[in-house]
Amino acid sequence: MAQPYPETHLDPARAGFYRDLLRRMLLVRHFEEKAGEAYAQGKVGGFCHLYIGQEAVATGALAAVREDDYVFAGYREHAHILLRGTSPGTVMAELFGRADGCSSGKGGSMHMFDAERNFLGGHGIVGAQLPLAAGAAFAIKYRGTDQLAICFFGEAAVNIGAFHETLNMAALWELPIVFVVENNRYGMGTALERAAAVWDVYRRACSYDMAEEIVDGMDVLAVHDTTVRAVERAREEQAPTLIEARTYRYMGHSMADPIHGHYRTKEELEEQKKKDPIRRLEKRLTAEGLMGEDDIKKMDQDVLAEVEEAVQFADESPDPGPEALYTDVYAD
Amino acid sequence: MPTLTYRDALNQALREEMERDPDVFLMGEEVGVYQGAYKVSRGLLEQFGELRVVDTPIAENGFAGIGVGAAMVGLRPVIEFMTWNFALLAIDQVVNSAAKMLYMSGGQFPIPVVFRGPGGAALQLGAQHSQAFESWYAHVPGLKVVAPATPYDAKGLLKSSIRDNNPVVFLEGEMLYNSKGEVPEDEYVIPIGEADVKREGADVTIVCHSKTVAVSLKAAERLEAELDVSAEVVDLRTIRPLDVATVVGSVHKTNRCVVVEEGWPFAGVGAQVVDHIQREAFDYLDAPVQRVTGADVPMPYNKHLERLTKPSPDSVIAAVKKATYLDGD
Repeated sequence: MAQPYPETHLDPARAGFYRDLLRRMLLVRHFEEKAGEAYAQGKVGGFCHLYIGQEAVATGALAAVREDDYVFAGYREHAHILLRGTSPGTVMAELFGRADGCSSGKGGSMHMFDAERNFLGGHGIVGAQLPLAAGAAFAIKYRGTDQLAICFFGEAAVNIGAFHETLNMAALWELPIVFVVENNRYGMGTALERAAAVWDVYRRACSYDMAEEIVDGMDVLAVHDTTVRAVERAREEQAPTLIEARTYRYMGHSMADPIHGHYRTKEELEEQKKKDPIRRLEKRLTAEGLMGEDDIKKMDQDVLAEVEEAVQFADESPDPGPEALYTDVYAD
Repeated sequence: MPTLTYRDALNQALREEMERDPDVFLMGEEVGVYQGAYKVSRGLLEQFGELRVVDTPIAENGFAGIGVGAAMVGLRPVIEFMTWNFALLAIDQVVNSAAKMLYMSGGQFPIPVVFRGPGGAALQLGAQHSQAFESWYAHVPGLKVVAPATPYDAKGLLKSSIRDNNPVVFLEGEMLYNSKGEVPEDEYVIPIGEADVKREGADVTIVCHSKTVAVSLKAAERLEAELDVSAEVVDLRTIRPLDVATVVGSVHKTNRCVVVEEGWPFAGVGAQVVDHIQREAFDYLDAPVQRVTGADVPMPYNKHLERLTKPSPDSVIAAVKKATYLDGD
């Protein structure tokens, strides 16, 4: 799986942007750590899939799209909704199943939504979000606006029919859409090599004569640059792109699953952690004098405080009342 | 009043709603250039262009999901399945996405989509192309399920379905497309969720929908002529939400009931109707409620065997005789 990635370079004029990326990745990391703690305390139920290790992918990609673009994701989507600007408190409250949650406590970890910020879920069936995102892209084409849809999914989704059906129609109809495969190497406990005949996922794009990109998913700047190209293609040429971002998840598939064991070794995990996307950006920013260590430490503490407030908000938010059970089944 | 086929009544409904609302579009296999596998969409491509009448590849799960996604951002898609048999490939999007999106988003994303196409048994199409799916979809909260029997009902209900802000499963009778009936020239809609008494009667209520309405009406005529039994025929028209009041009201009057459907018996539409009757009309019943269903087998190809699987006037009459104790047992 080794491949040469193009190197990214820091531009001192964009120091503010890099700081922002770092802050966003720290927010996701700390949020997910707190979510994991809350799960262990029994405050979060059901399946809870954490994003730790993968922060560079959603952070870099979503920094390249506009507020009026439509964002779709799977069930490992806490990061994506946070990065759309939904308040950490309402996201945490959703994990806690509370009334102030972003889906009013009816969605949970896997079904986060924020219509106001064009975050369209939060989908629990592997690959189901692909046709949904293509539907939003179809609507964009139908209305003739210059928006786009961006759709995130894991590498295991490329083996399901919905992936192929959607990529075919997106290419055939020239839909403004960016597909981002977050290749974290394992579909639950099954390694990509054990599930897919073609291990270079991005190569699947050629079946649909679609633009393809492969990117180091542990380098937030590389993900951002790559997504910028795909966004231009979508907006200006109405051409879809398949981006494969190679990344790694540090936690188990969900909080109910072991972090390592039969399917991967502790050594592999420790080796991957050396490529940590957050530490990597921090090192580069300090090495080039764009941020000091104290500066980073303060940012880290600020973010941690923000996440602690989110936990407090969620703790204090009430459960939905029994009257909520039968609302939102049908629209008026 | 003009007489139209069921097919042309549906075509009028689509045309009128697409003229009325630019957010309505039709998508599916063969809906455009080919003019529809069953010609329901005849002429629509020419009138509305290929952005609004969209031919798809054979990819039911994909284009059903595209419909749901387009509905999430405010369009009003009409997704045609060439037949409901093929929609099993898309049932994930119908059930897991369309039906649940509003609820799991805490009310943020209504899904105003219509999934439509022919269902039920046709003639000698064998096991995979002949089946009724009403009870499958009616089981799901979040979906509405409509199954009209006449051209008049088909037009009025399709218009309502397109205007509805919820996902509607619209089951057309494959064997009804050529059937004819009066359809007014002036615009009208029929509300979802209202049954229609197709024939008034005093001695027994026959509850039915879609193709079995014609079967039941034939049975009712013969019952009157041959046995002097006056049957009331209640066409459900909508399966979900079910018009319990009309059904129960009729049973209060006749005290006997037969429920007819083309689907399989286990957990069928009739089972649900019987459940309401036993609770809400218990004291009015003079006999156990009878059910007439499709035979509990995959559809055979042989035409004699096929005939035995389907509800017929004979099987409805036999059930009415049981419900009225005229069967001699």
